[in-house]
Amino acid sequence: MQPQPVTTWSRVLARVERRLPALTRLKHPEALPIRLNRHRIYVLPTRFGLMYSAVLLVMLLGALNYNNNPALLLTCLLGAACYQSVFPAFRTLDRLVLHALRADPCHARDALRVHLIFDTGTRPRHDLCLRADLREWNFALAAGSGEATAIEFTTRQRGWFRPGRMRLSSEYPFGLFHVWSWINPEFAALVYPRLELHPPPLPASGIDAERASRRHDGDDLATLREYRPNDPLRNIAWKASARYDALLVKEYEQPSGQRIELDYAALPGLDREARIRRLASWVCMAEAAQVRYALRLPDQRIAHGCGADHRHACLRALALLPGHAS
Amino acid sequence: MKARRIPLTGLQFALTATCVLVAVLPHLPRLPWLFSIPILGLVAGRWLQRRRGAARAPSWLKLGLILLFPVLTVVHYGNLFGRNPGSALACAMLALKLIETESRRDARAAICFASFVLMSELLFDHGLAISFILFAALTLYLATLRALQSVAVPVPGASRSRLVADLRSASIGLAAAVPLALCAFVFLPRLGSPLWGVPSDAETRTGLGDSMAPGLVQNLLIDDSPAFRVTFDGTVPARSHLYWRGPVLWHFDGTTWSRPDIFASYGNVGRSLAEANRIGYQISMEPSGRHWLLALDVPVTVPTGAVRGADMSLVSRSRVDRLRRYHVVSALDYRLEPVLDPAHRRLALQLPYDFDPRARELAHRWRNEFNTTEGVIKAALGLFHERFTYTLDAPLLGRDSVDDFLFHTRRGFCEHFASAFTFLMRAAGIPARVVTGYQGGYFSNTGNYLVVRQSDAHAWSEVWLDGRGWVRVDPTAAVSPARVELGAGAAAGASAPWYQAAWLSALRNRLDLINRFWNEAIVQFNALRQQNMLTPLGIDKADYGELMTLLVVFSSVLLGLFAWWTLRAPQVPVDALDAAYARLCRKLSRAGLVREPSEGPYTYARRVAATDINSNTLQQLLAAYTRLRYAQALAPATAVRAFDQRVRALRIAVRPPG
Repeated sequence: MQPQPVTTWSRVLARVERRLPALTRLKHPEALPIRLNRHRIYVLPTRFGLMYSAVLLVMLLGALNYNNNPALLLTCLLGAACYQSVFPAFRTLDRLVLHALRADPCHARDALRVHLIFDTGTRPRHDLCLRADLREWNFALAAGSGEATAIEFTTRQRGWFRPGRMRLSSEYPFGLFHVWSWINPEFAALVYPRLELHPPPLPASGIDAERASRRHDGDDLATLREYRPNDPLRNIAWKASARYDALLVKEYEQPSGQRIELDYAALPGLDREARIRRLASWVCMAEAAQVRYALRLPDQRIAHGCGADHRHACLRALALLPGHAS
Repeated sequence: MKARRIPLTGLQFALTATCVLVAVLPHLPRLPWLFSIPILGLVAGRWLQRRRGAARAPSWLKLGLILLFPVLTVVHYGNLFGRNPGSALACAMLALKLIETESRRDARAAICFASFVLMSELLFDHGLAISFILFAALTLYLATLRALQSVAVPVPGASRSRLVADLRSASIGLAAAVPLALCAFVFLPRLGSPLWGVPSDAETRTGLGDSMAPGLVQNLLIDDSPAFRVTFDGTVPARSHLYWRGPVLWHFDGTTWSRPDIFASYGNVGRSLAEANRIGYQISMEPSGRHWLLALDVPVTVPTGAVRGADMSLVSRSRVDRLRRYHVVSALDYRLEPVLDPAHRRLALQLPYDFDPRARELAHRWRNEFNTTEGVIKAALGLFHERFTYTLDAPLLGRDSVDDFLFHTRRGFCEHFASAFTFLMRAAGIPARVVTGYQGGYFSNTGNYLVVRQSDAHAWSEVWLDGRGWVRVDPTAAVSPARVELGAGAAAGASAPWYQAAWLSALRNRLDLINRFWNEAIVQFNALRQQNMLTPLGIDKADYGELMTLLVVFSSVLLGLFAWWTLRAPQVPVDALDAAYARLCRKLSRAGLVREPSEGPYTYARRVAATDINSNTLQQLLAAYTRLRYAQALAPATAVRAFDQRVRALRIAVRPPG
C-alpha cells in the first residue's frame, strides 16, 4: 500500500466542501457497519475512458466507411468489452461492508494509523483506493470477513480525532470507469498530547532525583521473576535464566517512597498546552522508569499507579483537558 | 484533477511494448523497408534501452523522427492520406510513441493508438486467419489495460502469476462481450455509401491479368489462395465442363496476348447465341483489384453492375475491391456467333509481322496438306500430344517465342500451349483467340460448394468453325489430360512446389469450408443483407430507424441481464462462526445436552463441564468460540475456518448412563 499525494485541485475541492457542506453527500457520520450498495455508489467514465471511447468511435466510423465487416466486428468486440467493464467496476464496491475501525495510539503531530476492517463477502476486491486526509491509499482486499487495511492521518492536536468523510473508489478492471462512494464512519480516535522533545527529568518530589536517574545500579536487586512481555532486555538475568528453564528478570526493589506526583498546578510559568505536553512526557518517562506516579489535574486526580492501563488513563485525561477556548 | 505521472513497472512496460509490436507486425510485410526497418529498430532499441537502464533518447532525436516520418511518407507515397500512406505513418508514429512511454498515462495513450492500428490491418486483409489472430490480440490489450490499472506495490517474483491473472480476467471480459458485440454487429446500420474518400489505393493482387505473356501466369499457378467460390442452383456439371471464362485475348504482338479495349464497351450478342443446357449458380469472388467477373462458358445472363462483351467475357463496372457476390446463368451447350462479324474475323486472324517464321511455315504446310479446318486442328493437337511435356518449370523463350516453344523447348504449361495453338490456327487461316480463366475447382461435399483457387488458372483457345461458331479447344488437354481431369497440381507432378502436395491440398480444400463460412457470414454482411435479414419477421427492407430500434432493444436486454447479474443478491452469507457454533451445539444436543435458548456459551460450557461427556477439547472449543466471537470486532477468516474444522472433527463419546 502506498500513499499518493493529492493535487492542489483536490485541496481546492476539499475547501469548497468545507465551505458549502450542503454539497456534500452523507455528511453526517454513520453508525458502523457501513454497507455499500447501489444507492450510494456513483459511476462515471474516467478521462481515459472518454479518450478510449473517442478512439473506438473513430475505429467504428473507419470500419463502417470502408464497409469492412471484420474490422467492424473487432471494434464492436473491443467496445463491448470496454463498456461492460462497468459491471465488474461496480461489483468491486457493491456489498462491501466496512465493519469496524481501530486506531493505534498516537501522540499529536504523529501519524495516526487507522485500521479499517472490511467484510468483502464472497469475492476479492481489487484496486481499491481510499482518499482520506488529502492522501490516497491503494489497496486490495481478499475474499472473506475481517480483511483489513491501514491508513494514516496526520494529527494536529490532542483530543478526539474524527477521520471525517472518506472516499472509497475503484477503477477496476481497465481504468475506464471510476466508481466511488463516500463513507463517513462514526468513529473517533483518541490522540494523546504531543510529547516534549527534550523534557526535563522527572520531578524529585517524594523521591531522590539522583536515584531515579541511576535506578538500575544493581545493589538493590530484590528478587527474580519470570519474563513478561515488554520487560527491558537489560533487566534479564541471563546467568540465572540459563540455570533455570525460563527467562528470568531482575526485579528491583522499589522503596515505598519512590512515588511521584505529577501536578498540573506545580508547573508555573508555562502555558496550558506546554504544561500538558510536559506532563504527558513525564507520564511516559515515569512509565519507562517503572516509577509509580499519580497525576493531579485541575479537575481531577488520578491516584498512584503504573502500567499500560494507568498510562492510558493519565494520557487520556491529559488529552481531553479542555483547551484554551473553553 | 491533474493526472499524476505514475511510472511504469517492468511488466507494464513489457506488455505495452508487446501490444505495440502486435499492432505493427501485421503491417510490416506490406510496408516499404524505409518504414519497416526503422520501426522494428525503434521498438527493439527501446526495449533494450529500458532493460539496460540506458539513457533515454534525447528530445531533439524524437522531434527529428516525428518530422522525418511524414516526410518519408510523402516522398514514398506522394501524399499522407489513404489506406497505405496512412497506415505506414500510423505504424511509425506508434513506434515513436513507445519511445516516450514512461508513465501510465503514456502507456494508455499508446494502447488507444495501437488498437486503432490493429483495426486498420483488417482494412487490408480480412481473411479468417488474420482476423482471428487480431481478435485474440484483444485479450492482450485488455490484459495490458488491466495490468496498467493496478498501482499496488508489485510483489517481487509474482509478476508471472499477475500476468496470468490479468490475461484470465481479460479473456473473461472479452468472452462476456461477445453477445453485445454480435448484437451491435448485426444491427448497427451500415452506410450505403462511404462518408469519405472511397478506397482508391492501387493494389497489386495476384489474379488474372488483362494480358498474357508466356511465363506470367506461372505466378498464379503456384498461388493457392481462393479466387472464387461457387454454389450451384442445381447439379454440379462434370469437371470437363468447368471452364471459367475470364478475359478473352485477341491481339498478339509477338510476345504478349492482349485484349483490345473496344470489347469492353461492346453490346449484346444475344442474337447470335443459340444455347441449351442452362445452369444457374452463385459466385462469391475474392477481391481481385480488377474488373473481370468469372462465369462458366458461356454466360447467358449478365449480373447487375456488369456488362458482357461481344466475346462473352463479363466486365464489372466497378473494380472488384472487396468480396463480391453475383448470380449468373450459363449455357453449357451453345452455338456462339455462327455468322462471324467481319471485324471480329479480322481481329481473329491478326498476327504480328515478322515473327515466328517457322510456325507460319508449318501452318501453311498443314493447310495445304489437310485442306479442312478440322484436319489442321487435329494435326496441331497431335503434334502437342506426341512431342510435348506439361510442366510448370517452363524454360524461358526467345524473341520468336512460338517458334522457340514449338521447335526447341517443347516444355510448358497451359498458356504456352494456348499461345502456340492459337498462333498456328491463325497462320493457317482459321479465326482463333485465346481465352484465359480458370478450369476445374474443388467441390466440397460438406459445404456443397466449389472453390476455385488461383492455381486453377488456365488458358485455352477458341477457334471459329464455319456453321458451328466459336468452339473451345484446349490444347493443354491434348498434352496432359490430367490437367483438366485432376487440376494443375496433379498434372505438374514433381514440378509443383512442395506445398501443393496432394495431401496438403486436400487438407486445404477441407479447411476452406471455414473460410467460406467466414466470408458468407461476416465479410459479406452488407447493407442489403442487413435490410433483408428481418424479412422473416415481417419487416421488409428494414430502414435505419428500425435497425436502430432493434439495436437499442437487444442491447438493452443484454445489458439488463448483465445488470441483473451485477446487482443480484449473493446467497445470504451465513456467518461462518455462527454456523460452526451451531454445529457444535447440535453435536452436544445429540449427546444429550441441549443448549437452552437463553444460555450463553459461557454458562453452557460450565454445564458441560459438570457432565460426563466433558472433555478438554470440548472446553477448548467453547472457550475458542467465546474468544472468536467476543474478543475482537471481527474474527479473522483463517481462525474461523480452523475452529470450524475442529468442530467437524469432534467426536463426542456418549457413555451409557450409570
